Amino acid sequence: MTATETPAATTVLGSRLLRKEDPALLTGEGRYVDDLVVPGALWLGLVRSTVAHARVSVDVGPALDAPGVVAAFTGDDLLDAWAAPLPCAWPVTEDMKAPEHRPVAAGTACYVGDIVAVVVAESRAAARDAVEAVLVDYDELPAVVDLEEAAEDRVLVHEDLGTNRSYTWELTPDADAVERAFAEAAHTVSERYVQQRLIPAAMEPRGVVVVPAPHGGEYTVYSSTQIPHILKVMLAATTGVPEHKIRVIAPAVGGGFGSKLNVYAEEVLALALARKLGRPVRWTEERSEAAVATIQGRGQIQHIELAADAAGKVTAVRVRLLADLGAYLQLVTPGIPLLGAFLYHGVYDIPAYSFSCTGVFTTKTPTDAYRGAGRPEATYAIERAMDALAVEVGVDPAEIRRRNFIPTDAFPYSSAPGLVFDSGDYEPALARALEMVGYEELRAEQARRRESGSTAHLGVGISFYVEMCGLAPSRVLASLNFGAGGWEAATVRVLPTGMVQVVTGTSPHGQGHETSWSMIVADRLGVDPDHVEVLHSDTDVSPHGLDTYGSRSLAVGGTAVWHACEKVVAKARTIAAHQLEVAEEDLEFSGGQFQVRGSPDRAMPIQAVAFQAFLAHDLPEGMEPGLSAQVVWDPPNFTFPFGAHIAVVEVDEETGRVQLLRYVAVDDCGNQVNPLIVEGQVHGGILQGVAQALWEEAAYDGDGNLRSATLADYLVPSAAEAPSYELDHTVTPSPTNPMGVKGVGEAGTIGAAPAVMNAIVDALSPLGVTDIDMPASPHRVWSAIRAAKEAQQ
Amino acid sequence: MKVAVTVNGTKQEHEVEPRTLLVHYLREVVGLTGTNIGCDTSSCGACTVLLDGQSVKSCTVLAVQADGAEITTIEGLASDGQLHPMQEAFRQHHGLQCGYCTPGMVMAAVSLLDENPAPTEAEVREGLEGNLCRCTGYHNIVKAVLAAAEGAAS
Amino acid sequence: MIPAKFDYVRAGSAAEAIAALGEHGDEAKLLAGGHSLLPLMKLRLATPAVLVDVGRLDDLRYIRDAGDQIAIGALTRHHDLETSDLLAEQCPMLRHVAHLVGDPQVRHRGTIGGSLAHADPASDLPAAVLALGGTLVARGPDGEREIAATEFFTGFLESALAGDELLTEIRVPKVPGAGWSYQKFNRRAQDWAIVGVAAVRNGTTGVALVNMGTTPLRATAVEEALAGGASAAEAAERADEGTEPTADLNASEEYRRHLARVLTRRALEEAGA
Ligand SMILES: Cc1cc2nc3c(=O)[nH]c(=O)nc-3n(C[C@H](O)[C@H](O)[C@H](O)COP(=O)(O)OP(=O)(O)OC[C@H]3O[C@@H](n4cnc5c(N)ncnc54)[C@H](O)[C@@H]3O)c2cc1C
Ligand code: FES
Ligand code: FES
Repeated sequence: MTATETPAATTVLGSRLLRKEDPALLTGEGRYVDDLVVPGALWLGLVRSTVAHARVSVDVGPALDAPGVVAAFTGDDLLDAWAAPLPCAWPVTEDMKAPEHRPVAAGTACYVGDIVAVVVAESRAAARDAVEAVLVDYDELPAVVDLEEAAEDRVLVHEDLGTNRSYTWELTPDADAVERAFAEAAHTVSERYVQQRLIPAAMEPRGVVVVPAPHGGEYTVYSSTQIPHILKVMLAATTGVPEHKIRVIAPAVGGGFGSKLNVYAEEVLALALARKLGRPVRWTEERSEAAVATIQGRGQIQHIELAADAAGKVTAVRVRLLADLGAYLQLVTPGIPLLGAFLYHGVYDIPAYSFSCTGVFTTKTPTDAYRGAGRPEATYAIERAMDALAVEVGVDPAEIRRRNFIPTDAFPYSSAPGLVFDSGDYEPALARALEMVGYEELRAEQARRRESGSTAHLGVGISFYVEMCGLAPSRVLASLNFGAGGWEAATVRVLPTGMVQVVTGTSPHGQGHETSWSMIVADRLGVDPDHVEVLHSDTDVSPHGLDTYGSRSLAVGGTAVWHACEKVVAKARTIAAHQLEVAEEDLEFSGGQFQVRGSPDRAMPIQAVAFQAFLAHDLPEGMEPGLSAQVVWDPPNFTFPFGAHIAVVEVDEETGRVQLLRYVAVDDCGNQVNPLIVEGQVHGGILQGVAQALWEEAAYDGDGNLRSATLADYLVPSAAEAPSYELDHTVTPSPTNPMGVKGVGEAGTIGAAPAVMNAIVDALSPLGVTDIDMPASPHRVWSAIRAAKEAQQ
Repeated sequence: MKVAVTVNGTKQEHEVEPRTLLVHYLREVVGLTGTNIGCDTSSCGACTVLLDGQSVKSCTVLAVQADGAEITTIEGLASDGQLHPMQEAFRQHHGLQCGYCTPGMVMAAVSLLDENPAPTEAEVREGLEGNLCRCTGYHNIVKAVLAAAEGAAS
Repeated sequence: MIPAKFDYVRAGSAAEAIAALGEHGDEAKLLAGGHSLLPLMKLRLATPAVLVDVGRLDDLRYIRDAGDQIAIGALTRHHDLETSDLLAEQCPMLRHVAHLVGDPQVRHRGTIGGSLAHADPASDLPAAVLALGGTLVARGPDGEREIAATEFFTGFLESALAGDELLTEIRVPKVPGAGWSYQKFNRRAQDWAIVGVAAVRNGTTGVALVNMGTTPLRATAVEEALAGGASAAEAAERADEGTEPTADLNASEEYRRHLARVLTRRALEEAGA
């Protein structure tokens, strides 16, 4: 496959250019929200419910007497501060039930961490002390913790809704076809998988600073957010401060992974209280606070069934999900499972499809986007089920996949659930991964160990993912009832001195957009990447944008930059032709020079054109001065990166300990702008997926208390636990954008968990183990081995 | 309580509450915000600085405990606009993404090589066990530290 | 993240520290490396009114040859232990165990005295000192006394130290050439042990357990079995006898018992028992 009309890349595009972002970050010059020095700022202290479900009565009086305290409020005190409740922008069905979500709960607290009062003090320490002084009386209600129980509505989270079921969303294009496929199947598998809740744990906790202008009613909001643009709109909607009076700046942001793709109570509170008190107001989250106050990810129970013919060719997939929404709907909570709804057939050509998801309230922290958002869950289910099918049919897991791949000549491929996969070529990626890992030898070694009776069981797990990136065509989002478009904006300005400014609507927080966008501009305009400055994450500087999430930035935002460059070149060409007195067609543009064809000495560099555009002394009739262009790009389709991941594990039968011996990944994200950055994204992504498989779990007790609320208990892995990754890639460009790029921010996470879990189950299959819930802690693995042995006796 | 310390070669003297953590002292009193805070259980290492030449988690040391000590923070590593070899190695090997763990990670790595100038890969990984990074998956961090060790050796 | 307010007293000598403890009574806590106490204070799980900082008592920071024993000052840091040549020769297990505590930053600050005085059943060094049959030296207003390690741990985070006593020295026997093993079972390198087993074979075999009850424990049933001629595997089967392990996120009581038996067998085998 080739991309449409991709001109040959220059040396810069596709090179491993070192990042522009690094020198500041390496020397401590990066400014995160908590680093900002704001004279006179007041600190918020949030009093959070310590009980999962309770009627609360709150007395802030004692806090008001504490030293340094300026004000303190209960939920009732602030009822008139809001123009609207906290927003959910994705009402997935017409009849979706949504509780009113106030920044400070009034009357009833619905999860441990729900804010029940707020104190405002002159210092961080005074605010912290004052929180302790607030008296909260809890009249306990039963907690609703277990997802399946919650769905039965025996105890309600929100009495007024009459049910815990927020919505049921269905996607079954042809129910008869599904019925028929299962009726006629030679093989079926039916599996239940649990996606435990995860804590995103970006290393920088959240923070916000709101600075009111001395007069004029303007507010500058500094927030550790992925979405300054969306946040601005939502702050206006919730507080009633007019949108044009709000400027949102995301300074350096220390990771997000979806957790900062939200509009949080603390952000709107800081704005509302800065308005009320007429002083700057700030807040920085503490880590154990973050565990309950910032959204969590995943939280699903998945039922997946496959029907297959005698050869193991899958004919239908049927999926039923329960999604744990938590106590409230945050920005896109209900839609997260649906981002995976179209991908439960994975990379396989499965003609009959049925999906349904029921979103259920529980008395826990709300869930929302976490790296991959819906797609890791989908990939996990289909990839685990494909392994189960391989066992059922009696073929190798690699072979079952080959038999079912969407054939290369089927692209663009119209999938049963209704997407069009832009491009794909799956066999070579799998073949390469198998070769890199030495699949045959591993199987031989595995057989040897099994024969010898070794208790160090070797397991090999394959997963092959496809993801839907580049969110998103606005019209498709409309059909999903998503409350925003999916376009992205870019402005490219060539300044009079020839330096270039790029204004992007994406909002990076580790992804290196400053570097990659500079490379795109360098490639298109023939300038030095160091002569390009990328401006972002400030709504006054970059007024249009839809921010960074869903692996959208390059495929949508980068493409917007590309198109803006093309517009700049087109205008520059007209100016150059005018000044060189030739027809535009007679000009060739390369290496930053407009060259008259056939006259090597007649040329004009783009920098000179920019200066002429600035002077405006001699421009074509009617042309506006200046050399800049703005583009808003709405992509025609998603992009569909894919890849083969293979994990090799050793499981100690006696203790249940799993050791990840090797990890091989062959990813295909289309053309790569900067392989250095691509690899970094894959590495980090893989470890987050591995961490779901092996270590991480937001574990709640029966009373709805989070038991893993600190980084001592919530096991984010360190370098000592992480493997070193063996990577390669294939390149199947996307035809949906001119650079042929796809997106890679979530790929690793999507591929990794099923690879690791398949490897563990593979290792233990001789003992009769067929499934283990994540995370596969030593205790869980040991229990599974024991249960399997007992069952076999 | 009075605290007198030398931070990155400069003498500092301030009056602080005894409960002031060294990290808060460095960030808010001395004004060096390069050292970050990533947790409240001494688990993440984002706050790592050198105290009399050894890596410590500055969130788990009171400012008053550091009285009289020499402290080096990330701001004190580069000299004359030249990145320290460890910083340079992180840059060359893309050992950082969002950069939040980076100051602590770099300081921990500097201390690690100080104690073990020629570590194996396993020793590097183990030596960084107290520093969490959510972005990089550690692969390039480990490569950077090994490269810095090699660079120092040659 | 911010401890509650407290008063701070910097002790210039052991005597000053003991006097300060006497003066402030239950309100006061000693501060050594701070790596158990400050994390509790930051979460306000501990709110002492007075901290008596003994961190500067450098005269209590040493690893010395004391005849057939090694004497270690209470303020000796984990990092001092893990790099000690004397320990490498005379008591390599202690050096190894110190190396497994927390992470390098923790080891640069944490002290052996603090680790023992904190009496956390999940800590590594207490089990090592127990298995070695060490002796602890405490100094109070009335002078010094010796406490056998086996008598030291009296309850969850409770030791035999009186409120106005300072732990000054830890003595362990020299065991050059003795077989030993330390099995630390955890999920991340920086974490405390889910279960740990220390074994030293020096004539008789000392075995101690980490995180198998409210205190660090001697595995007496195992030691007896071995003394009675049982094989390592047989003796290890008794590792959880008399223990009362708790359940937490990482392990049920039953799994802890199982781990204790498996790790004890491995430890005994590695120690050559
Ligand atoms: C992230 C992290 C990971 C850790 N991992 C481990 C681990 O894996 N294994 C492990 O064993 N430990 C671990 N620790 C604990 C560490 O070893 C502590 O350093 C040690 O337990 C306490 O020593 P300290 O000097 O820091 O004591 P402090 O915190 O200063 O004091 C602890 C207690 O002992 C008392 N005390 C201190 N010194 C004396 C004395 N001389 N006489 C009488 N009382 C005294 C104090 O009053 C206090 O009550 C970890 C700590 C952290 C922060
Ligand atoms: S902030 Fe110090 S270890 Fe996390
Ligand atoms: S680079 Fe983001 S946490 Fe390490």
